[in-house]
Amino acid sequence: MSNLLNMSPSPHVHGKETTRKLMYGVVIALMPALFASFYYFGLGALIVTATSVISCILFEYLIQRFILKKPISITDGSALVTGLLLAFNLPSNIPVFIIIIGSLVAIGIAKMTFGGLGNNPFNPALVGRVFMLISFPVQMTSWPVPLGLTTGYTDAVTGATPLAIIKEGLKNGESISQLMEKVPTTLQMFLGKMGGSIGEVAAIALLIGFAYLLIKKIITWHIPVSILGSIAIFTTILWLINPEKNADPMFHLLAGGVLLGAIFMATDYVTSPMNPKSMIIYGCGIGILTVIIRVWGAYPEGVSFAILIMNAFVPLMNTYIKPKRFGEVIKNG
Amino acid sequence: MLKTFPLGGIHPSENKLTANIPIVILPIPESVNIPVSQHIGAPATIIVNKGDYVKTGQVIATSKGFVSSNIHSSVSGTIKKIDSITDTSGYKQTAIVIDVTGDEWMETINRNSVIDSEIKMSPEDIIKKCLESGIVGLGGATFPSHVKLTVPAGKKCDLLIINGVECEPFLTSDHRLMLERGEEILIGVRILMKTLKVESAQIGIENNKTDAIDHLTKLAAKHKGISIHALKVKYPQGAEKQLIKALINREVPSGHLPIDVGIMVYNVGTAYAVYEAVQKNKPLFERVVTISGKSLTQPGNYFVRIGTPISKLIDAAGGMPDDTGKIVNGGPMMGKAVSNANVPVVKGTSGIVLFPRKESERSVINPCIRCAKCISACSYNLEPFLLMTLSEKSLFERAEKERITDCIECGSCSYTCPAGRPLLDYIRLGKSTVIKMARERNMK
Repeated sequence: MSNLLNMSPSPHVHGKETTRKLMYGVVIALMPALFASFYYFGLGALIVTATSVISCILFEYLIQRFILKKPISITDGSALVTGLLLAFNLPSNIPVFIIIIGSLVAIGIAKMTFGGLGNNPFNPALVGRVFMLISFPVQMTSWPVPLGLTTGYTDAVTGATPLAIIKEGLKNGESISQLMEKVPTTLQMFLGKMGGSIGEVAAIALLIGFAYLLIKKIITWHIPVSILGSIAIFTTILWLINPEKNADPMFHLLAGGVLLGAIFMATDYVTSPMNPKSMIIYGCGIGILTVIIRVWGAYPEGVSFAILIMNAFVPLMNTYIKPKRFGEVIKNG
Repeated sequence: MLKTFPLGGIHPSENKLTANIPIVILPIPESVNIPVSQHIGAPATIIVNKGDYVKTGQVIATSKGFVSSNIHSSVSGTIKKIDSITDTSGYKQTAIVIDVTGDEWMETINRNSVIDSEIKMSPEDIIKKCLESGIVGLGGATFPSHVKLTVPAGKKCDLLIINGVECEPFLTSDHRLMLERGEEILIGVRILMKTLKVESAQIGIENNKTDAIDHLTKLAAKHKGISIHALKVKYPQGAEKQLIKALINREVPSGHLPIDVGIMVYNVGTAYAVYEAVQKNKPLFERVVTISGKSLTQPGNYFVRIGTPISKLIDAAGGMPDDTGKIVNGGPMMGKAVSNANVPVVKGTSGIVLFPRKESERSVINPCIRCAKCISACSYNLEPFLLMTLSEKSLFERAEKERITDCIECGSCSYTCPAGRPLLDYIRLGKSTVIKMARERNMK
């Protein structure tokens, strides 16, 4: 047997890329933001991240082992990424049992019911997060003030996120110039010194992760840049029309989950389009929906909803928007 | 910025282990198996009988129809039998088995090594000579050269492109030939130019062969109309449509041939064979073959007589390593695995690559994660993941609409896939089914 030659067809060599390497690449890119969350929210961030990661991996294992009775694939890193991203979308004082329920929804409902890795139409972490937001609105919108390592867990001092301050203020008739006094400065927001989900606050950490993803060619620029670009253009137009009713574009880009969403959530391979043309349409859709929800919607933040809505269009885009093929010309000059 | 083709492409490890090893003449074996079908088109008709004595360079099978080719004896000896053998494609086919008694060449062949640069033959005679000499495309496709030299009525060729890209990892036969037979290649190019009635020819060479680029550039100064172009290293640049796009930015429309944009493409090896046929009256009965592989003790480049069992090449390279798990006829990207080392070297054999057992096994197939890396790797911007699914589910009409027949089977998608999915295996299945469907449709 061992003397028989292998006859498999070409190609006879394979590149070094594997699913696992790509997933762990994303994990590495998430590390700066993870450290920033520990730095700002201390113990709470640690508890939230650990619970989310462990329960996501555990649920995937249990479902594969006892319900699907399929080979276990928890080492491919995809459940780890979902766990981290889910944690990044949560406040640092959220009770553990809610995280476990969210993880079950993310892995059990959003991922495994569709057939596991590669088959889910919606981003699992976002489905989990939105489920939690709707089911536990109070716990999901109480944001600890980032006091560094001394920030407590469930006993943390809470405050509002910059987006919530603006939303409430405008409702109460205050003007943007008055409200801007109450929100953190641009530099503070860039560094992450503001209330919010544990992974979304530090813009600088997310941008370092973005650079890593681009350098390692794990993602392309199309989706993040079109999201950020469309948000910047849309909010600039609104701001120019009425600067007393609409916050400036820099504020919109740095506040809330825009960067986390644009760099890590919307670029999820499985739930995003597969060619550059569709990627840009998808990105602009997310950007525009985000601004619409933020400015005219009931929620102060809209990135999660925007991404999930655009996820629904991905199969359609993959079917009808095709890349231009080589040789696709009628006559050549 | 070096030129290259714009869409897709990959950069596999080059592994050109034999780039600096000069070509050596491989000793003639005791017996050769010469298949009658070594080219695209109809198999040649055998014109010798068992027991006949044949000389080196004597025609032993003649072309049958326009798209076919003559086959010559590569040795002198007696015809032992006409047999059915397994060739490099894995299928049984007819071959002429010759017991070697010596190396007596046909008297008509000019055996001196003086370079003859004066082209006396007329274009018509050159085409006839290529047909007689059994010249086929030596880049791998083995399309009979006399067919390509006959430009179809109503079409015009305005540029000749010579393919010196050799983008397959491991292979160095074209590289060595350019270094060691540069002048002959350039004269061959001029013969092709004269036949096709074109004023200029461009030779495209990837930039990992700077010595060949420099050498040919120096020599080309004396040959009017021939220019040498360095190209960025990227696979599959040796595919003719990609090479045309890289060199002069013309895009051959889907389903058309290079001549439809006024171009003819020949391999450097073919240009050399044309020189030998036209200037030296020597038919195609030997070629340069690279024998390579990481476990071989003495990989090298050899002039090999057609019909020589590849085991002789492996012996010359230091013997078959114990850990050999796969023998590939051709390069690792597009070559074919062979079942044993007795298959003969044929006109299309540019190299033999041996892989250790642990590199011969495929990895586990994981689910597609829709990373789109296969789309970015495809030089036609096809969607390999989709073509695989469509073929898997037998949705061939849809696969046709998604242009599965444009696929050149370069293997970049399978190479790239992080989930280790056998994309090309399924695409081949789908492509051949779609071609069959289209043929049946046309017959109605």
